[in-house]
Order: sequence, then structure tokens, then C-alpha cells
Amino acid sequence: MTSTQTGWGWREVGLGVFLAVLLALVIRLATRVHGFHPESGAISLSLAALPEDALWSWLRMAAAYALSLAFSLVYAYEAAHNAKAEKILIPILDILQSIPVLSFLPVVLLAFIGLFPHSRLGVNLASILLIFTGQVWNMVFSLYHGMITVPQDLQEAADNFQMNRWQRFRLLELPHSMVGLVWNSMMSWAGGWFFLMACEMFALGSRQFRLQGLGSYLQTAANKGQWGAELAGLGMLVLVIVAMDQLIWRPLLAWAEKFKVELIEAPPSHSAVLVFWRRLRLVHWLGTAWAHGLEAVDRSVAAAGRAWRRTRGLGIWDVVRWLFTAAMVIALYHAIQEAVRLVAGLPRGDLAMVGWATLATLGRVLAALAISVIWTVPVGVWIGLDRRWAGRLTPFTQIAASVPATALFPGLVALLLHVSGGLSLAAVILMVLGTQWYILFNVIAGASAIPEDLKEAARLFRLGRRRTWTLLILPAISPYLTTGLITAAGGAWNASIVAEYVSFQGHVYTTFGVGALIAESSVNNNDGLLLLSTVTLALTVVVINRFVWRRLYRRAEQRYRLG
Amino acid sequence: MAGSSEVLVRLLGVTKSYPQLDHDIRILDDITLDIYRGQYVALLGPSGSGKSTLLRIVTGLTRPSYGTVLYRGEPVTGPHPDAAMVFQTFALYPWLTVQQNVEMGLLGKGVPASERSRRAALLIDLIGLDGYENAFPKELSGGMRQRVGFARALAVDPELLCMDEPFSALDFLTAENLRSELIGWWHDGRLPIQAVLMVTHGIEEAVYMADRIIILSKNPARVIADIANPLPYPRNRKAPAFLELTDHIYQIVTGWDRPAATLWTVPEESAKPTLKPLPQGHLSMLSGLLELVRDRGGVDDLYHLGSELFLEVDDLLPVTETAQLFHLAEVQAGDLKLTALGEEFVAGDIGRRKAIIRSQLKDIPLFQLIDRVLRTKANHSMARDFFLDILEENFSPKEAERQLATAINWGRFAELFHYDTDTELLFLEEDEANQSVQA
Repeated sequence: MTSTQTGWGWREVGLGVFLAVLLALVIRLATRVHGFHPESGAISLSLAALPEDALWSWLRMAAAYALSLAFSLVYAYEAAHNAKAEKILIPILDILQSIPVLSFLPVVLLAFIGLFPHSRLGVNLASILLIFTGQVWNMVFSLYHGMITVPQDLQEAADNFQMNRWQRFRLLELPHSMVGLVWNSMMSWAGGWFFLMACEMFALGSRQFRLQGLGSYLQTAANKGQWGAELAGLGMLVLVIVAMDQLIWRPLLAWAEKFKVELIEAPPSHSAVLVFWRRLRLVHWLGTAWAHGLEAVDRSVAAAGRAWRRTRGLGIWDVVRWLFTAAMVIALYHAIQEAVRLVAGLPRGDLAMVGWATLATLGRVLAALAISVIWTVPVGVWIGLDRRWAGRLTPFTQIAASVPATALFPGLVALLLHVSGGLSLAAVILMVLGTQWYILFNVIAGASAIPEDLKEAARLFRLGRRRTWTLLILPAISPYLTTGLITAAGGAWNASIVAEYVSFQGHVYTTFGVGALIAESSVNNNDGLLLLSTVTLALTVVVINRFVWRRLYRRAEQRYRLG
Repeated sequence: MAGSSEVLVRLLGVTKSYPQLDHDIRILDDITLDIYRGQYVALLGPSGSGKSTLLRIVTGLTRPSYGTVLYRGEPVTGPHPDAAMVFQTFALYPWLTVQQNVEMGLLGKGVPASERSRRAALLIDLIGLDGYENAFPKELSGGMRQRVGFARALAVDPELLCMDEPFSALDFLTAENLRSELIGWWHDGRLPIQAVLMVTHGIEEAVYMADRIIILSKNPARVIADIANPLPYPRNRKAPAFLELTDHIYQIVTGWDRPAATLWTVPEESAKPTLKPLPQGHLSMLSGLLELVRDRGGVDDLYHLGSELFLEVDDLLPVTETAQLFHLAEVQAGDLKLTALGEEFVAGDIGRRKAIIRSQLKDIPLFQLIDRVLRTKANHSMARDFFLDILEENFSPKEAERQLATAINWGRFAELFHYDTDTELLFLEEDEANQSVQA
């Protein structure tokens, strides 16, 4: 939710329309394909298959992360250094990051299968792309933010010592963005697990898509009612996540400490794994090789820079840019035609239906947020105010939070399907499972940040329990609570898509909502409805972000931020 | 080293202004001067006078709006390779070690790795940071960090060393120690540099270190004095000649905001009435200072007051200017003297003091404007942004914010009007508005 934009101008509206018509193009591409081979490779539930499944899932995640990192570096660098590009790139980012990515799942899946009809590559690429779209935006934002907030004196030092662009990037801009990048990479991986579980195995009507991996394993186990296998799968998932945390993220975070700009010496965060790595001879050797490599790159960049200055004026780039612009204009023209035709073919009744469906989903999202707030605020404040409990409980809550809600969903559906209104209830519970942690952790952070003297003053003046809450605790945690709510709302919208349309034991179950509409219309090749409901959903989320969450946040931030 | 006749840097009519909607705000006005080889020059001016901007123009980090900088006769068009900078905030890269930070300056020049580490080692030795090569800036004290800053600047073998308030982020003792060491290196000829240009707001610092002191005015900055400092090194702060020069500069400096009347005749640029800037004086500091002066018999030397309160002239001036603005005290020949009103203010209780400030505020155009607007409006309230817009006609956006913050602060103290932070409205209570209509 970080953004430098505050206005909501024509540019944003224009870009929104542009993205919508592009979506129309993809939908056409996706649904023109017929006679594809469903991916129905059998998923083995034997325990021996688990490590391999985990490996496949992990590889998908790693591929998506590598793609995200590369994309973020290019996008953020361009946005931070090219004022013209920035005006377009940042609003696009702002829109894309608030769209629930899973609403594109059916469309993207079909499009990729269309591109690679006879191999598993298409489904794999689709799942990687979806994970990518789920985790890339916050990484781009943190990199962009890091690059544009480089302190002026450090920049002037770079100017004064005549550094070239490459040296500036590697010595100044990337290091300055590093802390944010590591944190956001961690968050992106957590988000990635959520999407991975949902998009490894997906049914559109009678068509089944399966990829070997943990997500498929969990869904298959739930489908067959094999609870032992389900638990073993969840255990494996937790194991992978905890191992990642201990072996990669903790050391990385400790390493990233050195990139903090504040020159105040804080007690260094210690990671035994990092120290172990640093002492390895191999690592030392690699470090030297890396330094030599950088030296070589420095030299060749300097040489290339000189050559570039000589040949500038040839204008190859101008030609490329013009060709690119022309291609974009043609594509846009076709896309607009397509979008108009699709929407024009829709019956009137569909429009109202999409509206009601969006409201139904909105109701579920709000219910999920309310439930989360009701239990997390008291518990979070209690944990946050009591240092001893905070220390003891943190590892447990972190492990619980690390399990992606979508991994639990198959089991949940199996339990609730036969209760009346079961799927609707399951959808809300899924949203709560997926979103409560954001709120809980933020409330804990807020409560533990309340200064001791304010608490003492409250005790001294005998404010009483109720007054202490209204005068001290609630105002103090409100900026944190708002941050948590914003993130949670985004997560809840995403969950709605997988939650409203479920295939279980060969049957499809749906509950009324915009997520179900999206899945159904893509199954029935109802392109117009698919486009309309996807755009409506995206628009609703963007508008709510703009006009509710961001305002709330700004107010809480100005009024109640302590210190 | 009094300097040779060879000109290293020549500034010709350097002017810098920041464009506003309908007019520009001028920071530097027509600055022309020569810096000779072998000179240690101090640029002395109050904070916000644009002296740091001038330094950045000399190094090529910023371009002037008009005018030229010539370096050995060649115009400066971009960051100049022969002018190295030492920053007030050190500007060390926190993720690089001491060694890497010192080598940083050489990286941009494409110096090969072996040569880089040789030169860095040499300078680390010179500035006395042996043994800290692999430390990160975080692990060093402020003084040691600035030593790294010096080493980094010197490593590139500059001809001109530019220093932007290099000691003002350091504590008193550390700064003193580093000053005398730097002067020692300079006079021993151990530094590979031809001239030093140092920006400072400390008069003593300038007199202690430089052999030429250039004094700048404020709003916009012009050169109001160019003083040679022939005192022999090492300089003694207690020596009569030192004190005499310091006092002389104090007297020039206390006329900082009124150069037009005393030192220069400036043609009025437009007939449009302009708002004069309010000094950024805290009212509690004002009360404290006036009480102190009363206890000293109603008059005291400014330089004496400043050093006693550990305040640089920069921190003290806004307060004395506020006192002058409210006619509570006068400044004469470097002395601060209470007026009759000032005596009354000091003797009075908080209510009396508020009344005095309130009556004084009514003579200040900005407050007259606010008062008039609030009275004439039907609901007696007006958005803060309205006044901000008016102020931005006269000041840069940042300065306008500061001006309005000061105005709101004073207005609240004097109970001239109220301000609600949440709604961002300035307003009068109903009874106040009626009262004064009758009055």
C-alpha cells in the first residue's frame, strides 16, 4: 500500500481502462482454444512422494521469485530514473497491486494452456506467472521507494566522486534499497505459498489441471478423505517454510542490517547461520571472485559508456521506441474493439447480477475482517503489553501464520460442505484464516510500542480499564491496526476467488459471489461476463483502497503516531 | 600560507534562484570573488543564507541560475574532478567499510584496485585511523567518521578541498581536536591540496582556522564583508587580537538581516507590499533570555551571552531578532539592551506577557492580515492553506510552512486566534470576534 501518488487523476482512470482492454485481449486468446489435453496426472498420496512434491513446489516458487526480482529491478530502476516513464509506471503499479490476482487464475491458466496445448509447460508457466503476479508488486514498490529516497548527501558524494550509473546502482541505490527488498522478498514468498496452493490444482468445470506438488497433494488428500496424508502434507509444508525461515530469511535479515542508513549503533541482530556461512572458506573465495567480477564489469561499463557517448546521435533507440509505440497503439486499437464487442453482447440482467455478486463478496470480506479484529485486538494487545508472553508466543504464532490459508482450505471444505450455507461459511473462515495474522502482528507491534511512561501515567491517574482502552491503547494501536486491516482486506479479496468456486470429489460447489461468477464464466466461455466481472472486482478493490483505506491510514498516521 | 596571486577559482556574478509560480525566490545574489592558491577561505553566514548552495555551485554539484564559475580559467559545467567535498553529515556509505569508503572516491576515476588500496592505506595512516580499515561507519564515533570523510576527499588528490560545516555535527571537544589537527596538516604541507573553502556559521571557528573570511548576508545572500585574517598560527582563542577580530565580525554579523540600510543600497524590486520574514524565535527562549539580561543589569554583550549559553550566533540571533521585533530589546554595537517595554515584560506575569505580545503582534502585517480575514468572515474561521498560499507568494514553500508555523505558535500564545490541528482551521471564538468589533 505504499504509494507516492495521492491524487486520483485522469491518468489513473486512463490506465485502468487500458489494463481492462488488455485483459479483454487475453480473454479472447484464452477461450479460442479447443481440444486441449487436461492435465490429469495422478497424484500419489504415499509419504515417499512428499519430498519430491515439496521440491517441485519450491522450484516453482523459486522460478517465480527469480522472475519477480529481475522484473522489479528493471521496472523500479526505470521508474526511479526516467521522469516520463515514472508518470505511467507508478500509477500502473498502484492499480495492479491492489487487484486480487487470483481473479485472473482461470483466464491466465487457459491462455497458457492455449500457448502450449500438448505439454505440462503451459500449466507450469501459468502457475509461475500467477505466483509472480502475486508477489512482484510490493518488491517493485520497495525497490522504487528505496531508490528515490537515497539521502541527498550520499547522492552528492556520488556526484562529487564522478561515479557512473552502474557504480551508483551497485554502491548506492541497490544497497540503500536492500533492507526493504529483503523484507518484501520474505513477504512475497509468504504470499507466494498462498497462490501456489491454489493454482497447482484447479478445476474448471470438468477440466482438471494438476501439477505435481504440495498443493495438489493436499487437495487430493482432502478429496479422498485421507486425513493422515493431509496432516503429513501440512507437516511437510510447515517444515519447508520453517527451514526457509531459519536457513535463508533470518541470515539474510541479519546480513541486511549493514544496509541500514541510520548511523546509530543498535545491538546487532545475531544469526548463527550467517556467522557460519561467513566463516566458510568457500564463501570467502566466492566473495573475492565476486569483487573481481565487479571490477571487470566496472571497467567494461566505463568503456561502454565512452563508446555510447561517441555513437549517441545515431538514434537506434529512437527507432526502437517508435516501433514499440506503434505496436502498442495497434494492439490497443484491437483490444478496444474487442472489449466493446464483448461488453455490448451482454444482456442487461448480467450487469445487475455482477453488481449484486460483488456486494455479496464484499459482505464476506467485511465479515472476515470483523471476526479477525474481534479476536486479534484483545489478544494482540495482551501479548504486546506483556514482554514475557511476547517472547514465548512469537515462534508459535509465526509458524501458525506461515501456513498458507489455501493449504487448509481443502480440509475445511470437506468438513463444512454438508452444513447448510456451508461453502459461504467456509469462504468467510478461509478469509479469516488468511488475513487474521496481518492484523494480529500489527496489533502486537503497536501495543509493544506504547511508551512505558504513558502506561505509567494511565495507572497513576487511575484511568480504569475502560478509559485506558479508549484514551491510550486504541489510539496508540490505530495506525498499526489500519496497516494490518489494509493488508488483510487485500488478502481477503484474493481468498474470495478460490473460496466461492470449489470442486470437491468430482462435484462443483459454488456460492453466490463475484469470485464464483469469474470462475463460472470462464468455464462457460462467457467472455463478456468474465471481462465485466473481473474488471468490476478490480475496480471495487481499487476504489475502496483509494477512498477508504488510504484516507483512514493517513488520518491514523497523522493523529495517533507516537514519537 | 597567505595565498599566492594565482587564481584557482573565480566566481562571476553567481546568482541562484528557485522559480515560483509568478516570481522567483533568490537565494544567492550576484556573488563575485576569487579564491587564490594557498588560501584557507571561510564562508561565514547565518543558516539558510545559501552558503552551502554556493559551495555546491563551486564544486559543480549545482548549477547557478546566472553567472559563471571558472576553475583555472575553465568554466565548470558538472561535478568537478579537482574539487572534493567534505560533508556536514559525513555522507559515508554505511554498507561500506572504512577502507571501501576511502576507495570510493577513486572508483569513479577508474583507478585500478591495487592502486586504490595503496592510496587508501596511505590516507588512513595520515588521518590516524590505522586498525579501523575493516570497521563500518556505524562502529565509529562522530569524530572518526569525519576523519574518514576527510580521507575520502583527500584520496582523489583534489586541488580544492570544499568543506560544508565539517565540524558542526560533532561534539565540542571532538570538533576542537579535529580542527587543530586539520590546521596542523594544512600548515605542515602534508595535504595534497592547493586551497580550502570552508562553509561555517561559527564565527570563532572561522577566525580560528581561516586566513580569509567572507561574510554573507541572508535573503538573498550577498557578500557583505571580505576580511583578511593575518593572525599567526597556532592561534590562541584568548589572545586579545583574536577576541578583537571575533568581536568585530560579531558586529558585522548582527546586522545580517539589515544589510540594505547599513551596507548596501538595494533598489526596491517591486512596488507590491511584501511580507517580511518572521524570525524563528521560540517564545520560551525569548522569555528566558530577557530574564537573563535583566539579571545582568539590563544589558549584556551578545557574544558573551552566546558563549555562556553554548549557543552559536545562529541559534541566538532568531531570539534576539524576535526581541527586537516586539520592541522588547535593542541591539547596539554587539550588546543586547532591554527597553522599557522589555523591563515591563520581564516583570509581568504570564497574563501581562501575553498582553504585551498581543499588542505587538497587531503591528505586524502578517498578523493584521490574519486578524482582518478572520473578523470579516461570517464564521470567523479560515483554512490554514489560504494563508499558506499567501505566504508562498513571498517565500519558498518550505519557508512559507515555517513562517506559518511560527505565526500560529505566536498567535496561540498571545491568544490572538485559535488553531485546530485536525481541521487545519484558524478561528476566533464567537465572543472574541464580537468583542473586538465593538472595540
